[in-house]
Order: sequence, then structure tokens, then C-alpha cells
Amino acid sequence: MKLSSGLLIAALAACVFSVGAQTLPASALPPQEPAARINVEAILGVEGLDGKVRKYPRTLSEYGFFLDGSGRTPDPRLIAYELNTPLYSDGAEKLRYVYIPEGKQLTAQGDGLLQFPVGSAIIKTFAFGEGADQRYIETRVLLHRADGWLALPYMWDEEQTEARLALVGGRVPITTPAGETISYQVPNKNQCKNCHQLNDVVTPIGPKARNLSGDWLEMMGQAGALDKASLAIAATHEPLPVWGDRVSANVALVARAYLDVNCAHCHQPGGSASNSGLDLRWEQDSPHAIGIHKPPVAAGRGSGGRKVSIVPGDPDASILVYRMSSTEPGVAMPELGRATNDPEGIAAVRAWIEAMEPAS
Amino acid sequence: MIRLTIAAALLASAAPVLAENHTIAPGEGAQERLQEALILAEPGDTIVLEAGRYALTDGLSLDVDGVTIKGAGMGADGSASILDFTAQQGAGEGLLVTSDNVTLRDFAIENAKGDGIKSKGADNIIYHALRVEWTNGPDEKNGAYGIYPVEASNILVQDSYVRGASDAGIYVGQSENIIVRRNRVVENVAGIEIENSNKAEVTENLATRNTGGILVFDLPGLPKVGGGDVLVARNAVIDNNTDNFAPEGNIVASVPAGTGVMVMANTNVQVKDNALINNSTSHVMLIAYSQDYDDERYQPRPVNVMLQGNVYGSGGANPDFEGGAMLLAAMGAEALPPVLSDGLHTNLKVEDAVPVLSLGLTKVGQPLTEAQPAMWSQPEGVSAEALAEVALPADMELRLK
Repeated sequence: MKLSSGLLIAALAACVFSVGAQTLPASALPPQEPAARINVEAILGVEGLDGKVRKYPRTLSEYGFFLDGSGRTPDPRLIAYELNTPLYSDGAEKLRYVYIPEGKQLTAQGDGLLQFPVGSAIIKTFAFGEGADQRYIETRVLLHRADGWLALPYMWDEEQTEARLALVGGRVPITTPAGETISYQVPNKNQCKNCHQLNDVVTPIGPKARNLSGDWLEMMGQAGALDKASLAIAATHEPLPVWGDRVSANVALVARAYLDVNCAHCHQPGGSASNSGLDLRWEQDSPHAIGIHKPPVAAGRGSGGRKVSIVPGDPDASILVYRMSSTEPGVAMPELGRATNDPEGIAAVRAWIEAMEPAS
Repeated sequence: MIRLTIAAALLASAAPVLAENHTIAPGEGAQERLQEALILAEPGDTIVLEAGRYALTDGLSLDVDGVTIKGAGMGADGSASILDFTAQQGAGEGLLVTSDNVTLRDFAIENAKGDGIKSKGADNIIYHALRVEWTNGPDEKNGAYGIYPVEASNILVQDSYVRGASDAGIYVGQSENIIVRRNRVVENVAGIEIENSNKAEVTENLATRNTGGILVFDLPGLPKVGGGDVLVARNAVIDNNTDNFAPEGNIVASVPAGTGVMVMANTNVQVKDNALINNSTSHVMLIAYSQDYDDERYQPRPVNVMLQGNVYGSGGANPDFEGGAMLLAAMGAEALPPVLSDGLHTNLKVEDAVPVLSLGLTKVGQPLTEAQPAMWSQPEGVSAEALAEVALPADMELRLK
């Protein structure tokens, strides 16, 4: 992992940190001093109290999201959340938080993505290992600045004391919960955008009203962090199935939720895979658009010799299942963010296709 | 001191920055150094790739407008800049470009796991003097497209070489205002393919030893349909007889070996002044899209196609489609005529003095078993107007000066 310019920035940064209402020379600070406040200037990328602009803050601790340098204790102003159906990332455990500037609110747009005020941040840490063996690998932040969202990856050091900006991403050897040894990929800044862009604008993916629990939305409403009218709208929508409870849910809903969360950020109009014509969003109801009897456009060897994305009743003949079941670059889908297959997701999609009525 | 400049720019982002050269050398850490330069580049900057072989492990990407990536050459020896993806572990292409006004020139991409270079939504892009190659030659395990601009306006692909793509060497999709000229495309399934695109000129290319030389297609069900206004002129389309090695499911997997120029489901296509030599199925083939579709916008036939001034060499002696050999036998001929239509064209104008065979299909989607082959003759009153010249923004040509 090389970050030469990051190191140079550090050297040039005049050794001054912005902490609280004061400007202190770095030498006056013990290395693990907790931030006295959330550093809104770092989120916004504007001039800090030290007179410096940090377009790309070089460490996670600069934001002050956590009370300790090791990122284990979130600031009380961070709000944890979970998703009903999560994105598969080689089995990583994810710790997710939102930060909403004081006095501001989220608003809902139907069951879709919650709208975050400028100055908000979404923070997601990827961890592997159980209990005392748990290790943080990376923390990704999405910052809502005046000129739009910015996605930045931070990689944790070996000692688990600091996460540093990794604009170019990196690879880390990991043993997954399933016991596979892999080269885990931390995405670079462009790869963050590859999934997080819609019509060439960076956008969050996860916190859609339909993929959050009713309890969480209610809690946010009570706390004044979600506008009340929005809460009423969001509450009328059917939520995505909870992944852990999927055995008792409708197979089609489970599979469509999985595809929505794992594929649709690219496979939708305006997404990175828009040219494929495949649209895997939850709200898409055209059978052709979601892949039924749809021939590929630019799949190349990704077709695996199969003719259409989904053959009703025949998962083995469906390109969708073939590409989900491969780890080979150029074949594997999603293209980014996994080095292993997700047996649960594959099973869910297979069951859905199997249950479809074959064409006569 | 380039790095210092970058760092300083980050610290004082309000300060104007002059265009810079960032020189990258092959060797240890090339992946990180090159990707970092691509991320930190400012509009107007040039990333200079020194000569040598860059061993890369992941796909590269560029998302900054107005950047040039310039190597020392596209060749295969030590004087060239070769991005070698043989050990690639992730991503769907070697290099992905998602920003506008980008110039890619004078380097090579070898053995990408997926596509070679893809640019998506990248307007005003220039691909100049590049080599994209799968060095093992034709293999269905090779990546799909060599040079792959999609969903953009103003595309220039020139003086480049692509070999071994398991779909198309140069593929332009869902775009408009396109010039593809002076390229060499060798041993791909399709040499050059213009798909679901409008206003394209494919000129002065050499397409040889592909399965099909130059394809002009439109497919249903995509965000952009209705391709047309395509000029295919002054190309050498020779010996395109390589067995089709595209994986099943891709539209080009249905292209017969021995195809010179194929036009499917497009409007206003002119095939002029090409040298068409030794393509063993057909030098020029016109067909309708024959699969089921559900897309009201879609027009499945070749409409307003004109052939003029082409030179036809030998060919058509080994037609690679079902019933091809029977057709030859029934005609008592050594070779099929150089121009073949399924019969579903509308307003075909053939000014060349060569015979044209029609398979006599009357309905789109009709199986070939119902073909009623007969020689076709030019109806009266069909004429073709010249296509408007494709004009790229003036600054694109200036960028190469």
C-alpha cells in the first residue's frame, strides 16, 4: 500500500490540527486524543479553524466521528443503522452510521433513498473476525458537501490504531467467515464512484426507506432527525424482507430485494451498467428489463454460453446465476466488491428462477 | 517535482493549477502509482507512461475531465508502453474512462480479463495509436471488446490495432458522432462493430482474419435504439474467415465465419469504395433482427442501404450458415454472389455491377427453412442521398497536434 502524496500532504500540512474551538500545534496533542467535536469542516471540505482546506482528509480521525483513534467508540451524534437486506462483501461484518448536522433532518422520497442535508456523512466500517480477533479492514465515508457527495476509502493499519486515506484502494489478505483465504479489495476512489454514481453524480445506495426497519425510521422521527411527513410516507411502503428471516418470506421478494441491493446501483437507467438494458431495481416490473428472456448486450464470455439473463424455471441456463456464481474477473458480477461467491444470495436467486413458470 | 505540486494543489484547492505532466515509470508499485496519478490528475494534465512493461493486478480507471494518457508507443517491444493485465485480479476491464475530453494515445493494453479499454458516458474521447491485444490470439476466454466506447457523443478511434477480442475489436455502442478510421483489426470475432449508434464513419480500416469484418447492428430493448446514418467506406475487408469464437448468447456468436460487411436493423447505411476480398460466406450481408423482441421503438430491418464503388474479390465459396452448402448446390455455383440479403431489406440501392442473392424471406422472424432464394434485381425509383459528413468538435483534432 503506497500513498506517497498522502504522506507529503502530511508533511506539508504545517503540523497543525483543528480540534475543538482552538488551534493547537500537533506536538501538543497526544496521538490518541479524542476529537472534541465532529469536524464539520472535514466533512464539508471547507477551510478549517487552522486556515487549511482539506479536500481529502488524510485520516479517519480527522473527522472526529469516533471518540477513540481505533474507531470502536462512535461519537454520540452518530446514529447506527442496519439494512434489512445487505450488500454482500465477502462476508465482512459492517458497522454503519449516519451523521446528520445538528438541527437538520432527513427527508424521505417514497420508499427510496433518504435525502440527506448538506453536511451529513455516512460511515461504514468493514470488519472480519469474531470477538477479540475482530479486525477492522477499512472504513468508507460518504460526505455530503455543497457540491455533492464524495466517497472516500480509509484503510486501517496493522495496529488498528489509525485508518488512513487510501485513494488508490488496496488489497489485504483476509480469511472470510466461510474460511476462504482471499485477496480482499479495498476500492479506490473511482471504484467507490463506479457503484455510487447515478447520472454521473455520486449518491448513497444503502439507506433507502424500504431497506430500513420501521422501528429505526420511527426512532429517527421521534428524535427529530427525520421529517414527520416523510415518516408517514415511508411507513406506508412495504419494506424489503429481512435477510435473516428470509426462509419465511416470499421467494420472489427475497430475490428481488437481493438484486435491488447487490446489483441495481449499476443495473438501472443512469447507473454504471445502464448500457446493458438490464434494470434490477425493486420497482422495475417489466419482465424483459429484469432479465427474463433478455439476451445480453456486451457480456462477452460473461454469458458462459447461455443465451439470456433469466430462463424461467432453469437457473442453470440463466446468465444471471452464472455470473453470480463466478469469481473470475470479466465474468463475475458484481464486478467490484467481492472475491468470493455468496451462497445465500445465489440460493435465493436460484429459488426464484426455479419457481418461475417455464415458457411453453 | 510533480508530487509536490499535487500535494500543494490539494492543500490550497482554490489556487489555479497549470496543466502538468505526471510521468510514471514501470516497475515496483506501478499499479498504485499509476492509479494514484489518474485519481489526482487535474483537468488539462497529461499522464506520461514511460516505455516498458507495467505488470498490473487490477483494472485502472480515470474519472477526471480533460486528461491525456500518453505512452511511448503501441508496439510490442521495449520502446513501447505496455499495460500488461495478465495477472489482473479484479474489475471488468483493463482501463475504464468515465470523464469527458479524454485523450488516450500511444500505449498498449495486453490480456485484460474483461474488456480492454471501456469508456462510458465519456464525450469527446480520442483513442489514438493504441494496441489492445489478447496475445494468445482467438480464444473464447478472451475479453469481449478491445476498444469499447459506449453511451457518448463525439468519438474518434484511429490508427489503432486490436487483436483477439472474443466479441468485437472496436465496438462503439449507443453513441453518436463517431469516426473510426485507419485502424487494423485482426483475429477478433467482429473486427469493427457499430451498434445502436448514429452518425458514424468507418473508413480506411483494415479488417482481416476476423469472423466478420465490419458489422453495423441495432438491438432492441436498450436505452438507445434506432441506429443509422453509418458510412462504411474505403476499408480493406479481407480474409475474414476465422471460426466464430464468441461465447454463445452474444449477438456476434450468430455471425457466420466469412462475413465481410454485415448490416442488421439499421437505417441509412452506405457501403462505398471498399475492397472486399476472400470472405468465404458473403462480402456484404443485409439481414433483419430475427429474435423475439418487445420494443415499440425498434425497427428490425435494414432500411435505405446503398452499395457503391466497392471492389469485390473472390469469396462466398464456403457459406457458414445452415443450408449454405445446399444453397450452393441448388444454384449449381462454386460460390454465392457477393451480396446476400435475407429479403427483408427496405429500399436497397445497389450501384455495383454484381449479382445479389435474396433469401426471399417476407416476414421478420421467419425461419431460414422457409427461404425462397432467388436472384434479386434493382427495382426502379430507389435512390440514396449522400450522408452528411460526421464533424467532430474542432478542438478534438487539435488535441492530437
